[in-house]
Amino acid sequence: MKKIYGSASEALDGLLTDGMLIAAGGFGLCGIPELLIDAIVESGVKDLTVASNNAGVDAFGLGKLLETRQIKKMMSSYVGENAEFMRQYLSGELELEFNPQGTLAERMRAAGHGIPGFYTKTGVGTVIAEGKEHKEFNGETYIMEEGIFADLSIVKAWKADESGNAIFRKTARNFNPPAAMCGKICVMEVEEIVPTGSLDPDCIHLPGIYVHRLIQGEHEKRIEQRTTRPRPAA
Amino acid sequence: MADVKKGWDRNQMAARAAQELEDGTYVNLGIGIPTLVPNFIPEGVTVTLQSENGMLGMGPFPYEGDEDPDLINAGKQTITEVPNTAYFDSATSFGMIRGGKIAMAILGAMEVDEKGDLANWMIPGKLVKGMGGAMDLVAGVGRVVVVMDHTNKHGESKLLKECTLPLTGQGVVDRVITNLGVLDVVEGGLKILECADGITEDDIKAATEATIIG
Repeated sequence: MKKIYGSASEALDGLLTDGMLIAAGGFGLCGIPELLIDAIVESGVKDLTVASNNAGVDAFGLGKLLETRQIKKMMSSYVGENAEFMRQYLSGELELEFNPQGTLAERMRAAGHGIPGFYTKTGVGTVIAEGKEHKEFNGETYIMEEGIFADLSIVKAWKADESGNAIFRKTARNFNPPAAMCGKICVMEVEEIVPTGSLDPDCIHLPGIYVHRLIQGEHEKRIEQRTTRPRPAA
Repeated sequence: MADVKKGWDRNQMAARAAQELEDGTYVNLGIGIPTLVPNFIPEGVTVTLQSENGMLGMGPFPYEGDEDPDLINAGKQTITEVPNTAYFDSATSFGMIRGGKIAMAILGAMEVDEKGDLANWMIPGKLVKGMGGAMDLVAGVGRVVVVMDHTNKHGESKLLKECTLPLTGQGVVDRVITNLGVLDVVEGGLKILECADGITEDDIKAATEATIIG
């Protein structure tokens, strides 16, 4: 089966439906599926629920899908960098479900592993615990969190071979593997598709079983907070 | 009103927090004053810094021109790696946090109360950005040390009998380092361990709403 598609739009053809749940990789603007987000904007699909740690910035990343009002609900841990997000949220146009960051990652990972729910101490005694099942284990209280079973995963890796075996680069890995695992179907964009057999099988971060469709493209890779220190004089 | 005694400045608070670091441990530092802590790591102590977006072994900011968009910390700032750096995904990162493998987190706070409850993620009626990884960290790591000013900008105690803001975690704080001194959360209240330069126990008591033990 051929996994490689010519463009992000081709790779998403037939997969997008109004009201669907999409899991997206990335942390801030690092390792986000830029090309697939652009193609979803073009598609015009609407009423999306998007599980993603952050919501992009204005006019970049998921911020683009917010501008076009294609997102109905976000499931995130931190959304502070996006003015349009805040405007829509405060006016009631956009639903927001806050998740502690590790709980969000584990909800994706769990679903990908066929685990519908798990218990965690994170959030016990906070608003996050309201309405959730509480259970004691060894004298400590835990709350139950449910797996996020997404209709579609959109993720970004550094390199993949033609069978979808993927490797990530530095901290751009972040939410991409758990997001890839939790979708019924996963579309991945990479900076480079390399011939099958050219990646060391011992060094694959995400096996191709999780990757159904694959595209290669140019990435802007925007930096959110450029911080440096002075170079010492030579 | 008499001059408000200031005690330690931000760098002195960070330096005191650095004394908490134990050799050979893995530590997570929050934003604000905790980011200054690496400048004061004591001689002979080696710690590995975790960045919860998926990295152990976080190095300093890069030299200008060396920034890498694929290498950022949890505050989305460009950083560098060190020789023992390892990268992993977010589920693994919070697995090591939730699993108690990270020895300590040093975090800022808006309020801490005498039961060790911590509030540092939201003020009702104000813009809510989210808790990020703060709830996971305080629930999971071995020890939580809070570094913050003793009072808010109105001069009111941030060490309370009971937190008024929505909680980040319940009964999670072990030690608080403020500009006035160092206090531990103990049975029944807070215990003063140290006073900052020029500060007395009475100064701390006068500036604290929480019950002071002993």
